[in-house]
Amino acid sequence: MTPISYFLVLSALLFAIGVLGVLIRRNVIVMLMSIELMLNAVNLAFIALGRQVGSIDGQVIVFFVITVAAAEAAVGLGIVIAVFRNRATVNADELNLLRW
Amino acid sequence: MSLGLFFFLAVLAALSALGVIAQRNPVHCLLALAVNLLDIGVMFVGLGAVTVGFLQIIIYVGAIMVLFLFVIWLLNLQAEGFSGYLGLKLFGAIGAAALAAEFATLFLHTSRISTPGASALTQGTITTLGRHLFSDYLVAFEITSLLLLAAVVGAIGLARRPPLSAGLSAAAGSDLATAESPRQMSRSMSVSAEQQTTTPRAGSA
Repeated sequence: MTPISYFLVLSALLFAIGVLGVLIRRNVIVMLMSIELMLNAVNLAFIALGRQVGSIDGQVIVFFVITVAAAEAAVGLGIVIAVFRNRATVNADELNLLRW
Repeated sequence: MSLGLFFFLAVLAALSALGVIAQRNPVHCLLALAVNLLDIGVMFVGLGAVTVGFLQIIIYVGAIMVLFLFVIWLLNLQAEGFSGYLGLKLFGAIGAAALAAEFATLFLHTSRISTPGASALTQGTITTLGRHLFSDYLVAFEITSLLLLAAVVGAIGLARRPPLSAGLSAAAGSDLATAESPRQMSRSMSVSAEQQTTTPRAGSA
């Protein structure tokens, strides 16, 4: 039987890798993928802790998180397409129209 | 879940997550992300959350990955070099390492404070999950449908082309400013149509 803390450490590692991906990558689509990585890490922590406590609420919350992630991906990719149509780039460093 | 299976899945998850942020081609990043999501889904099933694990595989790997792939191919993204500010990347690496270390030390102490739960309610079958969804979480479940509707409308509104009627009305307004231009335009169009119909005959003759 695997201890609960192993899952939590793996979740922390995956979350940090997602944060690193958002910070070092400049492609907006890859940044969205890194956000999905972070959401998954949090889902893993929810499932592991829910099993530890013996409650099903963690799984229900993961269900909602998956739904929100689907909506976020759809809207985010729509924004990427709209930006690409106007600026012809997906590089986050070149999208500096609001910078003063 | 046995310890050996956990370590296999954990190493695979970490490697694929590193592949997401280290590959240069976005399609390769997406493939690594699909491996990672499948891996986490298997881990969910191993933890007893059977329904959520299969939902993860169906929704993430089946739907969201295809959406990402479609957008990558629609925008025709090629492999790219690592550009941008090096200082920000260094700061990001240090910050992410500090975050991982902090979370790990925090989570390594949770086994002492959390009660070893009774493993009675750990199998997340469709029955138990649905019973909770439609009793305790009914309001959140209904609001989720509203969220999905808003996401559909918002995604279509963002990603569609600017409406064609606005461009047509602008063109009509400019035509009305110069009074006789519609007639001229129709005349020139008919002339060009005649030319187009006559030139292939001349060419064939």
